[in-house]
Amino acid sequence: MAINYYIFLSITLFCIGVAGVLTRRNAIIIFMCIELMLNAVNLLLVAFSKMHHLAMKASNVNAGIDGQIFVFFIMVVAAAEVSVGLAIIAMLYRNTHSVDVNFLNRLKH
Amino acid sequence: MSKLVFLVPLFPLIGFLINGLARKSLSKSLTGIIGSGVILASFVVSLLIFVEVKAEGFHPVVVTLFDFINVGKLNIPFAFQVDQLSSLFLLIITGVGFLIHVYSTSYMHEEAGEHFARYFAYLNLFVFSMLLLVLGANFVILFIGWECVGLCSYLLIGYWFKNIEYGYAARKAFVMNRIGDFGFLIAIFWMISQFGSVTFSDVFSKANTASTAVLTGITLLLFVGATGKSAQIPLYTWLPDAMAGPTPVSALIHAATMVTAGIYMIARSNILYTLAPVSQTVVAVTGLATAILAATIALKQNDIKKVLAYSTVSQLGYMFLGLGVGAYTGAVFHVMTHAFFKALLFLGAGSVIHAIHNEQDIRKMGGLRKYLPITHITFLLGCLAIAGIPPFSGFFSKDEILAAAYEKSPVYYIIGVFGAMLTAFYMFRLYATTFLGKFRGTPEQEHHLHESPAAITFPLIVLAILAVVAGFLGIPPVMSANSHWLEHFLAPVFAESTKLTAVQSTPASTEWLLMIISVVLALGALLYAWNRFSKKPDLSEPTGFGKLLENKWYVDEIYDAIIVKPINAFAKFLNNVVEKSVIDWMVNGVGRMVQYGSRQIRLLQSGQVGSYVLMMVVGIVILFLVQLLKK
Repeated sequence: MAINYYIFLSITLFCIGVAGVLTRRNAIIIFMCIELMLNAVNLLLVAFSKMHHLAMKASNVNAGIDGQIFVFFIMVVAAAEVSVGLAIIAMLYRNTHSVDVNFLNRLKH
Repeated sequence: MSKLVFLVPLFPLIGFLINGLARKSLSKSLTGIIGSGVILASFVVSLLIFVEVKAEGFHPVVVTLFDFINVGKLNIPFAFQVDQLSSLFLLIITGVGFLIHVYSTSYMHEEAGEHFARYFAYLNLFVFSMLLLVLGANFVILFIGWECVGLCSYLLIGYWFKNIEYGYAARKAFVMNRIGDFGFLIAIFWMISQFGSVTFSDVFSKANTASTAVLTGITLLLFVGATGKSAQIPLYTWLPDAMAGPTPVSALIHAATMVTAGIYMIARSNILYTLAPVSQTVVAVTGLATAILAATIALKQNDIKKVLAYSTVSQLGYMFLGLGVGAYTGAVFHVMTHAFFKALLFLGAGSVIHAIHNEQDIRKMGGLRKYLPITHITFLLGCLAIAGIPPFSGFFSKDEILAAAYEKSPVYYIIGVFGAMLTAFYMFRLYATTFLGKFRGTPEQEHHLHESPAAITFPLIVLAILAVVAGFLGIPPVMSANSHWLEHFLAPVFAESTKLTAVQSTPASTEWLLMIISVVLALGALLYAWNRFSKKPDLSEPTGFGKLLENKWYVDEIYDAIIVKPINAFAKFLNNVVEKSVIDWMVNGVGRMVQYGSRQIRLLQSGQVGSYVLMMVVGIVILFLVQLLKK
């Protein structure tokens, strides 16, 4: 099983995420794009860890397992981030009746 | 007893602390008792030390109190040296100092209590510093004392600081002294690098290891210091202005003790000078030139204290002539006799000024003989002593210097005798104008004329006796062999130099002749001045050459034009041009640059989240590319 497919899939997902963050103004969509980038990274981590495990399991039964664990950490952090982020967006909407991030440039003053 | 030498400067220091700290609560009489008492205590200790030093077979004692500077190989202890030279100076300083303190209790009595105590505190501090100066066993301790006496001189000249002119006089004295001290300081550094030590015994014993050029450099720099402190050309102009201080101060600091510090220092380092003949010539010529210049100025001064001030400068010139021609004993002898008769003359002048209510212009005096009998007699004795009339003390000391000058070069002698003649003339012009003839002041002043109280006349009488008899300590060998007590006493201090100097004694007949010439000329000038000024005092404004002399050869004006004015102009240039258009421009430029830069950078913060993210992404991409290109 070639690793290249996973890498290209990850890069594609990541680039879609970056493009989304850069071009969209809707806060919810930006948020979703960030999740997309995180999951691209997760995918890559899992793929690499699996490959590593297959290659090294003869000498070390636990080889590559930390990559898998790391992915869980990222998912936990992402979940926490989502809860905080959505709360902010909800408050934003309640105050401004909009989820347009460009509307928030008043922060610079 | 010489182990307890630290007591000598300690007593005046205690007096200074008491009078200085408790000046608002002490009564005047208590201040006077403390101020004079501590000096008397020092005098008693000095006397005991002197008795010990005088004994046969005495060896110099160095008393180390503590380590002052101890760096690397350089070790400078805080040590006192007791030997013949320092014990003699101790006696002069504490003895004359005590008399002047007693005199001051009466002379300064009109000052308010706090200022009276301030005066005594300064005076005690001065005596302390001067004792430090003569007791120090190395050049650094000497220099500390040297600076402290300069400070006290500044404080006492500006004692009446409310008068702005007096403040300027004090500042002038301080600045002039600092110019000299600069030379002294460099000489000390040079000694450290050359000999690795500043202790007298080390430096003098290693003196012949240094080349003549180095010794000449060191001694000339030391002499620069001496010209500042001892008022020689070119730094003498502060001394006449220093007469702004109270008269007893002029007597103690600017006649008897502080101004002789330069002579003490050169006499102390006599071996260095003996090994550097060029410096000796410079010292002798400077001394002689100062002696003549100051004497000519004194001819036309009308302020009683100014005449005495210029005569002090002139006599100091003679002492330097003595040092320059190798007559170290003669110079120290003249320091001693001069301390007596010049202190006497200043105190006598103070008594006169006191009697006629702060009038110092001799043209407004005259005929004071019958009002101030004691002052008159003692002043006359002082004048005779300074004029060099035998058997008064000035004759012996001045004659010793002149005889030594003749041995070196007859030219020195001729100029020196001419100066001695001028001395006799201006001193008796002063005496006759002040004490003889008719009183020329206001009737009100005449009504108040009175002899001064005992506290003033007592020091006058004691000093007059000393001024008359002190000369017998140094009777020249031609008069009576082996009776020059002072030379015998000081011989150990100057032993090394004496060994190096070729003995070329003038025949006795020549020496008698020289003596007679100088006495006859002085006596002639004296009688001429006496006759001329007792009948018709010189009251008119001088013209021509007299005016040049009255204005002190315009030396102050010349210094003003060639030194003070250019420095002021340069300072003004720095202030107006360099400061404003260079330094300020740089400082303001930095500020403007920061402001401009931050205005530009502020534009990056647009508040658009998208643009921030774009920058972030671009940054990351650049980092990736850099990583890629590195490989």
